[in-house]
Amino acid sequence: MAQQEPQAIERDLTMSRAMVEAIGHEMRENDEVFYMGEDVADYGGIFDSTEGLLEEFGRDRVMDVPISETAYLGAAVGAAQRGMRPIAELMFVDFFGVAMDQIYNVMAKTAYMSGGSVAVPMVLTAAVGGTYNDAAQHSQTLYGTFAHLPGMKVVVPSTAYDAKGLMHNAIRDDDPVVYLFHKRLMGIGWMPAPDGPKTAVPEEPYVIPFGSADVKREGADVTVVTLGLHVHRAFEAAETLAEDGIDVEVIDLRSLVPLDTETILESIGKTGRLVVVDEDYLSFGVTGEIVATVAEERLAELEAVERVAVPDVPIPYARPMEDEVVPNVDDIEAAVRSVCS
Amino acid sequence: MFEDMVTARYYEERLQEEYLEGKQPAFDISAGPIPGELHLAAGQEAAAVGVCQHLRDDDAVTAPHRPHHVAIAKGVDLNRMTAEIFGRKPGLSGGKGGHMHLYDPDVNFACSGIIAEGCPPAVGAGLAAKKRNEDGVAAAYLGEGAISQGAFLESLNLAAVQKLPVVFVVEDNDWAISMPKERVSDVEDGSQRAGGFDMPGVRVDYDDATAVYDAAEEAIGRARAGNGPTLLEVQVHRRMGHFMGDPETYRPDEDKEAAQGRDSIERLAEELRAAGVDDGDLDEIREPARDRVDEAIAWAKEQPEPDPEDAYEDVFVNPPSGATTDEPTHELAEPGGGD
Repeated sequence: MAQQEPQAIERDLTMSRAMVEAIGHEMRENDEVFYMGEDVADYGGIFDSTEGLLEEFGRDRVMDVPISETAYLGAAVGAAQRGMRPIAELMFVDFFGVAMDQIYNVMAKTAYMSGGSVAVPMVLTAAVGGTYNDAAQHSQTLYGTFAHLPGMKVVVPSTAYDAKGLMHNAIRDDDPVVYLFHKRLMGIGWMPAPDGPKTAVPEEPYVIPFGSADVKREGADVTVVTLGLHVHRAFEAAETLAEDGIDVEVIDLRSLVPLDTETILESIGKTGRLVVVDEDYLSFGVTGEIVATVAEERLAELEAVERVAVPDVPIPYARPMEDEVVPNVDDIEAAVRSVCS
Repeated sequence: MFEDMVTARYYEERLQEEYLEGKQPAFDISAGPIPGELHLAAGQEAAAVGVCQHLRDDDAVTAPHRPHHVAIAKGVDLNRMTAEIFGRKPGLSGGKGGHMHLYDPDVNFACSGIIAEGCPPAVGAGLAAKKRNEDGVAAAYLGEGAISQGAFLESLNLAAVQKLPVVFVVEDNDWAISMPKERVSDVEDGSQRAGGFDMPGVRVDYDDATAVYDAAEEAIGRARAGNGPTLLEVQVHRRMGHFMGDPETYRPDEDKEAAQGRDSIERLAEELRAAGVDDGDLDEIREPARDRVDEAIAWAKEQPEPDPEDAYEDVFVNPPSGATTDEPTHELAEPGGGD
């Protein structure tokens, strides 16, 4: 009797469903995996990051916690130090300051300070991003903050497919992983997403290794390096620019730590022109890091560079001001035209 | 007190209407005349008015992300607060802050969007008053969900050991977003936490504005006299979701109904009637209060939005390469007390 081949089932998932599918799978496979955070059980996560997990796994493994980030993120670190595999959610990344000591002095440094004898195999998830007028304390992106401090891997998906593969990898990783998801990509009802993040997602588990940037659009004239929401904004700009004969390559970093410099440098070898787009602050951040890396390695081939990021001001509330400071499609288009002129 | 409560409740009803405009039938947080999230405080008025009645303009108040009722009770400029919530240029923060970040230095009111974040600054306001030998006090508002926060517990301790003039006001509305109180704390009465810091802890029954008034009178009097902080927990109720658009699927129907069945304003009205105030007198308070709210909203909506370039004001920004600036980033008010 012929063995039945597994059928690739065509189905599109939102980014949140894809994340939850990976978490559910890992929780089924490994009793040491559990999820804790504020409003993650009954509510299913304010950004649908845990929708449906309580029903399957119960309160012992999907834990609502009191509002006490220092205590519960630190507790996740402690459980991980004992070999469990917690996933702990910080509701908005902006709240990191409440618990930063546990994050960067304990979670991130334990492996090093213990001479490698104690691992912290946990995932810290957090929602990032603005574009919906929630002002300075609920709209930050802060990729650079976490990537700057040593000891944490930092992961940022832009599509459902990537979200699932990166989550499987994050939970299985023996180092602490910071997994940052952009609210507007999650596919939640009250915050319309752009078209891009809802993609076909295989039902079976699969792993996307960290440090593997994805060339999401091939092009010959200019390299746009970005991540998260701005992958989709870069696509939109690339479509318009294509009408004028400018062929844009879009690289989605997918992880900041580790950073896939090879894919970036290869692309610069082809295009010679670089635009880096980031929803985080301009100075001392992702854009500077990418430009510095390219300058060190490929200075001779570099014809022009532009950076597009939040211009070092907190995120303002009123729409005209938020639109001004958060990079939009027009900003990306203008930067590409500038490096191509 | 009745006037402030009526004003606050009607203000929230009007904000709700305005907020939902353009966001229905499918709720889209990016649509409509009011940007961002909106957390309404209907049902919590007793905690605001009972305390703020005893405060002067120079006393400081810090409120959390659900601030409107406290702001109104503290005397924050209603027109400019409303303009801020609508994201307009003459708003309290020029449109930069929004409804969770309202600052009115004229009456020393501030609020913030992160849980228990206002507790340490309130302690600081109390410290400043003590250092200057003034009799000013500070009130820090927080929800019952915030009593597990380090910032709150550390603030209680610091205020206690320094005998600072601070009143911590916990608004217990039974819910921390989707978390019922019993899963947040093993003690039902949050004011018991005061015992660990050797300060008085007082709890007031559901929506009893008069009892809040009495308890606050004692706590603030104690603070003003230099006898240190008090923890005052007021049982209020949450009439709506945590934020506008919250489906509240986690909340049992009977709990929602119980909340609708309570009304701090009606409770106070009953007391006033029992004391001989008639309905006509109450209407004479209600109507101008409502007019004031309607006028504030109408005024705010007529105001212009900020210019995009305003985003660069009020913060020091690294000058772009090669550029220099002699301009101050913002004008500070003259410090109190002179040079």
